[in-house]
Amino acid sequence: MDVSVITGNFKFLILQGLIGIGPFIGGTLRLAIPAILLGFVLGIFVGLARLSATRWIRMPATMYVEFFRGVPLVMVIFWIWFIIPQLLRLPIPEYGVALTAFVIFEAAYFGEIVRAGVQSVPRGQVEAATALGMTATKTMTYVVLPQALKNMVPSLVTQMIVLFKDTSLASIIGYVDLTKAAQIVNNREIKPFQIYIFIAIVYWLCTYSMSLFARRLERRAA
Amino acid sequence: MNYSFKWSVLWTGQSGYWLLQGLLTTLELSALAWILAVALGILSGALRTVNFLPLRWVATFYVEFFRNVPLLVWMFFWYFGVPPLLPRGIQDWLFNHGAEFWAGMLALGVYHGARISEVIRSGIQSIPRTQFEASVAIGLTTFQAYRLIILPVALRLIVPPATNESLNLLKNSSVALTISVAELTFQTRQIETYTAKAIEALTAGTLIYLVLCLSIATVMAKVERRYAIPGLIARVGPAA
Repeated sequence: MDVSVITGNFKFLILQGLIGIGPFIGGTLRLAIPAILLGFVLGIFVGLARLSATRWIRMPATMYVEFFRGVPLVMVIFWIWFIIPQLLRLPIPEYGVALTAFVIFEAAYFGEIVRAGVQSVPRGQVEAATALGMTATKTMTYVVLPQALKNMVPSLVTQMIVLFKDTSLASIIGYVDLTKAAQIVNNREIKPFQIYIFIAIVYWLCTYSMSLFARRLERRAA
Repeated sequence: MNYSFKWSVLWTGQSGYWLLQGLLTTLELSALAWILAVALGILSGALRTVNFLPLRWVATFYVEFFRNVPLLVWMFFWYFGVPPLLPRGIQDWLFNHGAEFWAGMLALGVYHGARISEVIRSGIQSIPRTQFEASVAIGLTTFQAYRLIILPVALRLIVPPATNESLNLLKNSSVALTISVAELTFQTRQIETYTAKAIEALTAGTLIYLVLCLSIATVMAKVERRYAIPGLIARVGPAA
């Protein structure tokens, strides 16, 4: 099979598409890494809000999670694409649209993981911390969250892999990530089989190494 | 915000018809892909637990490769990458008979088959090995042990994660719009293009997805309670 299309465009696909160095603002990693970090941070707040004793905090958080888990990500991307320029009255680059959409969407999923993680910490831990005179915030930060985090690791990494794959959807609105870079190359060279199999392998190398890493963490935690 | 709402675009002109068509295509695409995914999932999930090594390799390769690559890439692969490898006659026939629908169906089915396989495998592995050994000891063949003992219990254990995965499949069918399958999201965009009313069109599409997903989740929660194995509270963990 003729693979010259890959060797000839290797630099463009990897540097521009995967990493984001090149003539376009793009890159799968440049989008995925901040999206994962910010999504997780927002997810912590969503997850804790769902466990709140106050109804007015718990209800909106529950609705947030149920809503975003019930609609496709593609829909959310289109929403952000139309809504934000309307609200702010100024055009937003694809990067901003994609990042906002991913963070808002994935926070619902991260929130569920955080909630499950916190609920897996034995109740006695909270009682003991309270008995020691710690405030609710201190109990959460120093006692509950560190233990919960350990229980969350496997599902967190799984969700990160999902998010990493989901960033390919940013190409729909024209963000030049790995998938869009492949489309650009394919429009010029018309070698779809080779190009798409190649980027499939690149995606696979990234996600599979993440899941191997997760498995190792799991074994160490067990 | 400077936007004048005009909700009537949703029931005037062709919008209603487009939405209905989109909903039907989404359901058709998802249903066919679901059947394919479950068949592939059961097959490869079961193969990954047998003792014969080459079969396990094939199944492991399928699961690890297909579920770890974005669905969008598979859509492009099946739609743009595969047809040129087929003989001319078959290509022409395909492109006259809705190739994008079948490519989308294959992409969704094969991708989610790999994910469902993981759900099934964790279901099977959560059943103690001794159950299998006991079945063989009373004279069942391996196939009988799986069919009569392991799978009936595993299938009941996996109802919750399998529901989750089926809903993911339904939502992911929206990715098929990239290869211009006229499903619900595609039709939503079409209404927006024709009427220039983005918020109304997106609201309609979003509500349809929400109602669809929440009603399936409600029905499945009932099924889950009905088929729960008494005495077991542990759920099978969600697959990657």
